[in-house]
Formats: sequence, structure tokens, C-alpha cells
Amino acid sequence: MKKIVILGAGTGGTVMSNLLHKRLDKAEWSITVVDKDNDHYYQPGFLFIPFGFYTKEDVLKEKSKFIPKGVEFIIAEIDRVEPAGNAVALADGRRVLYDFLIIATGADIAPQETPGMLDGWRDTIFDFYTADGAAALAGKLKTFPGGRLVIHVNEMPIKCPVAPLEFAFFCDWCLRRHHRRDTIDLVYVTPLSGAFTKPVASKALGDLLDERKIRTVTDFSAERIDASARKIVSYDGREVPYDLLVTIPTNMGSEMIERSGLGDELRFVPTDPATLQSKRYENIFVIGDASNVPASKAGSVVHFQADLLAENVVRAIKKEPLEPAFDGHANCFVETGRRKAILIDFNYETEPLPGRFPFPVVGPMPLLKPSRLNHMAKLAFRWIYWNMLLRGRPIPFVPARMKMAGKKRPEAG
Amino acid sequence: MPQKQYGNAAVDVDAEGFMTNQAQWTREVAVAIAREEGIAELTPAHWKVIEFMQKDFKETGQAPTIRKLNKTGVMGTKELYELFPGGPAKKAAKIAGLKKPEGCV
Repeated sequence: MKKIVILGAGTGGTVMSNLLHKRLDKAEWSITVVDKDNDHYYQPGFLFIPFGFYTKEDVLKEKSKFIPKGVEFIIAEIDRVEPAGNAVALADGRRVLYDFLIIATGADIAPQETPGMLDGWRDTIFDFYTADGAAALAGKLKTFPGGRLVIHVNEMPIKCPVAPLEFAFFCDWCLRRHHRRDTIDLVYVTPLSGAFTKPVASKALGDLLDERKIRTVTDFSAERIDASARKIVSYDGREVPYDLLVTIPTNMGSEMIERSGLGDELRFVPTDPATLQSKRYENIFVIGDASNVPASKAGSVVHFQADLLAENVVRAIKKEPLEPAFDGHANCFVETGRRKAILIDFNYETEPLPGRFPFPVVGPMPLLKPSRLNHMAKLAFRWIYWNMLLRGRPIPFVPARMKMAGKKRPEAG
Repeated sequence: MPQKQYGNAAVDVDAEGFMTNQAQWTREVAVAIAREEGIAELTPAHWKVIEFMQKDFKETGQAPTIRKLNKTGVMGTKELYELFPGGPAKKAAKIAGLKKPEGCV
């Protein structure tokens, strides 16, 4: 019996276990999934928790419920991968051997990377990239008397690079609804030169920040946080004071990656961007946030990668050449408040453009423009995630590779 | 494809002025780009960073991040900001003739 081992039972690991279970001959192949716990969070839902739209319970289910029957699920801390021996060492001393390994251990926040950040942690400094952080922030926002609320991106890349923008738009919207907008100054601090990385979307989202009176501070790379004086200090000596800091700390891959000697300086695994094979080991593949491919770290990317990766694992098993098919496709609904959202659809080569999705002219969803329908789609996506995406069922009209149809490049200038 | 003239050399660049054909890069072009970016003179410390970036790009296909320059002991972040004010990773990549750093998607 040959063995596929999947590390991580988040979005990527769960989808892969479902897809490979369907495709592989069960008499010949066994699949094992390893994760440190049994809590599967619907991470896009974290954004809604600080504002009281969701609670932690609304975004949590058991991982084991989404792993297909017939796939072994081990709950244990992973110590390290030993690529030379084709083995995974677990912290409890067990060793799991593999013929092929899929790394899907994701990314997590690392507030300890910024001096001073932990000094004010969950006192005046909060995150919403963890369920606990988002819940703690909900409590803080309820009692925040007013002043300067700073939304801060520490370092790229981060998971879901639009989430901090969505957070800013939600803050503005909620404060306006409670007639408290004039008591709170909203500031958006980013290491990028604009609201987003790609020019057309950056302009659209930047205009929206201006329109909502959210001040932006760009090209700001934080050297340290002075929690007692409540200010962020940049490497080039600029200071941004805050009363409440909502930060996206540096995002890093799993510590297990570092222990295994498999990662780059952020513990992400160097991975071929088109085939998703590890650059160093032929029988290791990487999906989702754990890889270093220059695509967004987002669930939609994982979803598009999964179909292509399942195909490549099957090819690798048959010793056929891999298909270099992944194009960096991402598809994200960006909440802009007021029950509207922007939809962006892009890949490695093509930045988010205006137009219609998924079909030209008839859409029905407009790209790069706030709409009620996009917001409804974002809310509906939680159901799609649990019931279709994780099970590896295809989502109608949304293919793995990006389509140009319906997109328009704005005139130059 | 837009072009830019640096002295006698015409180089291909993208919309943001990053070179798209590394073969056209010379030290003279680097000096000219640096001036345009507000760096009057490229010192040995600048060259150390530029040369590391080119070497690393050759190996990985991506411009190294500030964090990598730190971790590999090339230079501390504070000093990088002093040498390449504003945005060291982006500026140094531009001067080194590399494409715009990825990783920020």
C-alpha cells in the first residue's frame, strides 16, 4: 500500500483529501491527514466578528466532519518533515512515512516579529486574523470611547490582502450608523505605496478610502511599536499615534516548516508557481498559504489550486510530466460597507480589472464596483464553503483558470 | 513597451519604470536610475546590496525582501532605509535592473 500524507486540515488539506480520495485507487493508495487540532474556522468570517455580525461559533466546525470516510485523520502536533527519509515526525514520537507529501499548513500571524507589539496586545493593540483576536476586538470596539483608530498592515505578504481595507470600510459604516463617526478618526497605515498592490484596483480602493474620509499613510514600514506612548514608529523615523491599533502582524508559515529546513525567511516553502511542486523535492507538493508562490494568500486561490494540484499528484504517481497549469487565479469579494461589496478577479499576469463576472455584459456581478449583489454573494459564500468547496465539489461558472471574457482594461492615462 | 533613455543607453521599462530586460543593465544605467530616485551617489554599501539582489534574483527568480537582506546578514533594515530612503526593497530592485518585487499581491 502506498501512502499520501497531507499536512494540515484547513481549506487546502481538506479539499485535497476529498479530491484525491475520489481519484485514487483505494486498493493501492491510502491517504493520511495530520493536523494539530480539530477546529476548522471559516476564516473569511473573522472580519464580521469584531462588528457583532458573527460570533466565533458561527465560523467554527469540526475538521473531522469534512475529511472523507476512508481517509485517516491524525490529530497531533507535527515536529518536522524529514524529506531524506520520506517521513513526518510527530511531536509524540510517532513517524508517518509517505510516498507523496502535500504541505497545507497555512500561515499565521507573528506579532512577536515587531518589537513592542506584544506590549499592548489585546489592551490597545488587537488583531482580527484569529478567532480569539476578532472576539476580543468585538468587546473592545463596543466600549471604545472615541479617538484615533489606526488600521495597520505590518508587512507583506499577508493572508487576504483586502481584509484590512474591508475592516476600514466596516468601521466607517458602523460608526456612521451609530452617529459616532465624528468622534473617531480613522487612519489606514500600509507598507504599500497605495491601498492595494495592483494599479487599477489600488486606485478604485484608494478613491473609496478618500470618499469615506479614511486617511492613508503609505510606504510605512514599522520598525517598532511604542505601546506605552501609543505610537507606531517607522524605519524612516515617521510616527503614527493611535488610541486603538488594529494591526495585521507579519504573517509567517508554520514553525514546523522552519524546523524541517524547508522554508524561506518567512517560513514559506519555495514552490513552482505553475505546478505547485516543491522546488527541492519531487515528491513534495505545496498548496495555499504555506507556499511562496506570488499569488494572494486566500481561500479562493487554494480552491483553484486544488483542482490542478489533484491532477498533478495523479500525474506524478503515474510518472507523467506535470501540467504547469496554475495561473495565480484569485477571486475575492471585498466588503465596502453599506451592504455592498466589490468583486475582484485576477491572476499572476492580469491585475483586477473592471467589467462583469462571470459572463460578459450580463454578469450578473460587476467587477471592481460596489454592488448589493456582490455583498449577497459574499454572505452566501459561507454556505458554499462548508457544503461545496471543502468537499471538492465544483462551483458552477467559476473555472480554476482565470478568463478574460467580461473584463475591460481602462484607457491608458 | 515604454523605453527610457539613460545617457547613451535606451532601456525597456514597465509602467512604473522597472527594467524589463536585464541584459540592458549596466553600472552606468544603475547610477542614472539611482539619481532619478534621489540617490546622488552609489557607495560601496549600495553596491553590496545591489549585487546581492542580482545574485539572489538569479537563484530564485524573485527580488529579495528586506527581511531576506536582514536574515542573510547583508544589511540591517535601518541602514537599508538610510541608503535607499522611502522603500529600500523597491528602490534597490529598480536600481539593480530587476522587475518589481513580487510577494505583495
